[in-house]
Amino acid sequence: MSTFLWVIFPYLCLAVFVVGHWWRYKYDKFGWTTRSSQLYEDNLLKWGSPLFHFGMLGVVGGHIIGLLLPKGWTDAIGISEETYHAFALGGGLVAGAMTFVGLVMLIYRRRTVRPVFKATTPMDKVMYLFLAGVILLGCWNTVASVIFDSHFNYRESVSPWFRQIFWFQPDASLMTGAPLGFQAHALLAFALFALWPFTRLVHVFSAPVGYLTRPYIVYRSRGSKVQDGLGNRSGSPTWERPSLDDAKR
Amino acid sequence: MRVMAQMAMVMNLDKCIGCHTCSVTCKQAWTNRNGMEYVWFNNVETRPGLGYPRRWQDQEEWKGGWTLKNGHLQLKTGGRLQKLLNIFSNPKMPGMDDYYEPWTYDYETLLNAPLQKNFPVAQPHSLITGKTMNVKWSANWDDDLGGAQEYAPKDPMLKGIEDKVKFEFEKTFMFYLPRICEHCLNPACAASCPSGAIYKREEDGIVLVDQDKCRGWRMCVSGCPYKKVYFNHKTGKAEKCTFCYPRIEVGIPTVCSETCVGRLRYIGIILYDPDKVLAAASVEDDQALYEAQLGCFLDPFDPEVQRAAEQQGIPMDWMEAARKSPVRRLIQDYKVALPLHPEYRTMPMVWYVPPLSPVVDVVKDTGHDAEEMGNLFGAIDALRIPVEYLAGLFTAGDIEPVNGVLRKLAAMRSYMRDINLGRDPDASIPEAVGMGEEEMYEMFRLLAIAKYNERYVIPTAHAEQAHRLEEIGTDCAVSAYDHSGDAEPFGVGSGPEVRIAVEDLRIRTARMKDDA
Ligand code: SF4
Ligand code: SF4
Repeated sequence: MSTFLWVIFPYLCLAVFVVGHWWRYKYDKFGWTTRSSQLYEDNLLKWGSPLFHFGMLGVVGGHIIGLLLPKGWTDAIGISEETYHAFALGGGLVAGAMTFVGLVMLIYRRRTVRPVFKATTPMDKVMYLFLAGVILLGCWNTVASVIFDSHFNYRESVSPWFRQIFWFQPDASLMTGAPLGFQAHALLAFALFALWPFTRLVHVFSAPVGYLTRPYIVYRSRGSKVQDGLGNRSGSPTWERPSLDDAKR
Repeated sequence: MRVMAQMAMVMNLDKCIGCHTCSVTCKQAWTNRNGMEYVWFNNVETRPGLGYPRRWQDQEEWKGGWTLKNGHLQLKTGGRLQKLLNIFSNPKMPGMDDYYEPWTYDYETLLNAPLQKNFPVAQPHSLITGKTMNVKWSANWDDDLGGAQEYAPKDPMLKGIEDKVKFEFEKTFMFYLPRICEHCLNPACAASCPSGAIYKREEDGIVLVDQDKCRGWRMCVSGCPYKKVYFNHKTGKAEKCTFCYPRIEVGIPTVCSETCVGRLRYIGIILYDPDKVLAAASVEDDQALYEAQLGCFLDPFDPEVQRAAEQQGIPMDWMEAARKSPVRRLIQDYKVALPLHPEYRTMPMVWYVPPLSPVVDVVKDTGHDAEEMGNLFGAIDALRIPVEYLAGLFTAGDIEPVNGVLRKLAAMRSYMRDINLGRDPDASIPEAVGMGEEEMYEMFRLLAIAKYNERYVIPTAHAEQAHRLEEIGTDCAVSAYDHSGDAEPFGVGSGPEVRIAVEDLRIRTARMKDDA
C-alpha cells in the first residue's frame, strides 16, 4: 500500500501532468487562457485576486526552498535549524494567510456573484475543491506545528522523499512516518498535479515574463507557407522581425 | 528609408446620418456570438455625448495610450514591470457597466399569450445573468441627444469649454462619430499585451489578436485609448476589429464601408516609414502630433520612394494602389482628413473629414446664404464652440488645422454652387484656401460623387497567395461558432480549431462592383 501511495501514485500523477500539458497545448491552444472574470465584477476581485496570487507566489517560493534545498546545504552555510525554522514559519504564515484570505474571497465571489457563478464550469468546481483542499491542509500543517509545538521535521523526511522522486528512487518509508496532515497534503497535491492540465490552471505556464524583454510592437507577416496558418492564426513564433526596436524599451 | 504599406480609412463626417447600419452589419458579421454580446467593433456616437464605453476619452481616468516621460515614450499605465505586477487585477479595466449590460427580450410571452384584456409585454432579460433587468444604458443611449443637459456636461471633450457652451452658444450642435479600431502605427494595445499576441501585419498594417496566443491578461483592453479591444467573457480572449481582413485580402472593402448608407467611408493604402514612427510619436507638443504623423507618410510618386519600395518587395499593384489611394489624397494631398485624438500618440490610421454642417446649420438658421464663402468663413471664425470641440477631437485642441479644413470645405461648397447653377466658376474661391480649380473639383468629386472603385482602392493580397486565401476556407478565430452551451471540455470555444469556409468572394466582388 505504501508503495502505491508514495511511489506509484506520484509517478502516475506526474505522468498525467506532463503528457496532459503536451496534449492540451496541441489540442486546445484556443482554450489556454486565464478565463478572467474581471469584466463581471471588480470590487472583490481587486483585493482577492492579488492577495491569492501573490500569496501563492510566496507559497511556491517557500516550497522550493523547503522541498528542493537539502538540509545539508543550509547547514553548510551556517544557517541553524532554529533560524531556518523561524524564517520558514514566518514566511509561511504570511504567504499562507494571504493565500487563504484571497482564496476565501475568490470562492465567495464565485459563488455569490451570479455572472461569475454562471461562467464557472464543472471542471472549475472540481479544481477549486482540490486546490482549496491542498491549501487548507498546507495551512493546517503550518499552524498545527505552532499550536502543538511539534518536532516533526519535514526536511528530514518529506523533502528527501520528494527529491528522490526526481532521481527515480523514492523511498516510501520516509513518508509513512510523517503526520497525517503532511501525508494528505502531499497526496492531494499530486492529485491536483494530475488535474492541472485539464483546468484553467494551465495559465500558470503562460506567465508572461518574456514581456520584460520583447520589443513593444510586434510585426508579423501574413505568412507565405500554407502551414503557417491562415489569417490571424499562425504557427510561427509571435515576433519574427521586431523592428520598432528596443529603442522603445 | 524603409517603406511599409498601411491599409487606412477616412470617414467624411458631414455625410454620416447616424443610421447605425455600419454597426449592425459589423455586429452581424463579427460579434453576434456568445461572450461578445456587449461588443461593437464599429459603433456610432453622437457628439457631444459620452460615447461607448462611457467617457472613453477621459485618459486621466482610463490611462490608455502613450505618454511622454522624460522625453521617452511610455505606456500611460506605466512600465513593463508595473504592468506585470497588475496582472492579477487590471486596475484600469472597464467593467461591464461602463459598456452596458446586454439584454434580449423574452418574446415567448408575446407569442404564447392567451387572449386577454391588456397587451402582453416582452420583458428585457440580461444576457449575462439571465434574469429580468431594467435597461439603463446601452452602446448608444444618448443617441441624437447631442446637447441634452443630462449627458453633454459629462462629455470629457467639453472640459474647459463647458461655460462657453452654455452662455455663448445656446444653439446646440451635433454630429455623429462612427468609430472602429484605428489600426495604429504605434498600437498601444500591442505594446500592452504581455503575451505578445497582438501584432501588426507587415503587409498591410492591420492589427490583429492571435487567438491562440492570447492568454486573457486584459492589458490590451486598458492599453488601447480608443477602447477598441474587447474581452470575450466566454472564451476568455481579447477580440478586436479585424479591418475585415478576409475581405480586404481579396480586394473588397470592410463590411462597415460596404454597407455605409452615406457612402462616406474611403479605404486605401498609405505608405509610411516605420523608422520615423517612434520619433514622430515622441514629439513634445501634443498639437504637433498631427504634423508629425503626416511626416511619417511617404509619397508614392517620389522616385526614391518607388525604388525603396521595390527593393523591399512591395508589389507593383500595391504601389499603383497607393498612388490612386483616396485615403492618401484626402490625408496627404488635400489635407482635409484629420486623425482622431493624435494626442494619444498611437498614430491612428482611421482619419476623419470634420463636419462643416454645425457651421452651415447656424448660418442657415440665421437666414443668411449658407453657400456663400464669405458667410461661411465668417461663421467658422465666429463659431468658436463647434470648432474648438472638433479641434479637441482631431488636433489635440489646435484650432488652426480644423479651421483650415472647414474653410476648404466651405470654399468647395461655394465653388460648386456656381458650377451647378451654370454660372462661371470663380477661380478666386479655391485660391482663397490655397487650392487650384482642378484640384478643388477633384476633391469635390471624391467627397461627393466618387464611385465604388474610387472610394475603395484595395489591392488584393499577393497574387501568388490569393488562391490560398480564397474559398479553401479561412479558419475562424473563434471556433465556438455558437455551440451555445458550455459543452466544450475546458470552457467555451476550447478544443481543436474548426475550419469554416467563407463564401466565394470573387463572385461577390464582381456583384458589388457592378455599380462602378
Ligand atoms: S485603436 Fe486599434 S490598433 Fe490602436 S491601440 Fe486601439 S486596438 Fe490597438
Ligand atoms: S452606415 Fe454610414 S451613415 Fe450610417 S451611421 Fe454608419 S457611417 Fe454613418
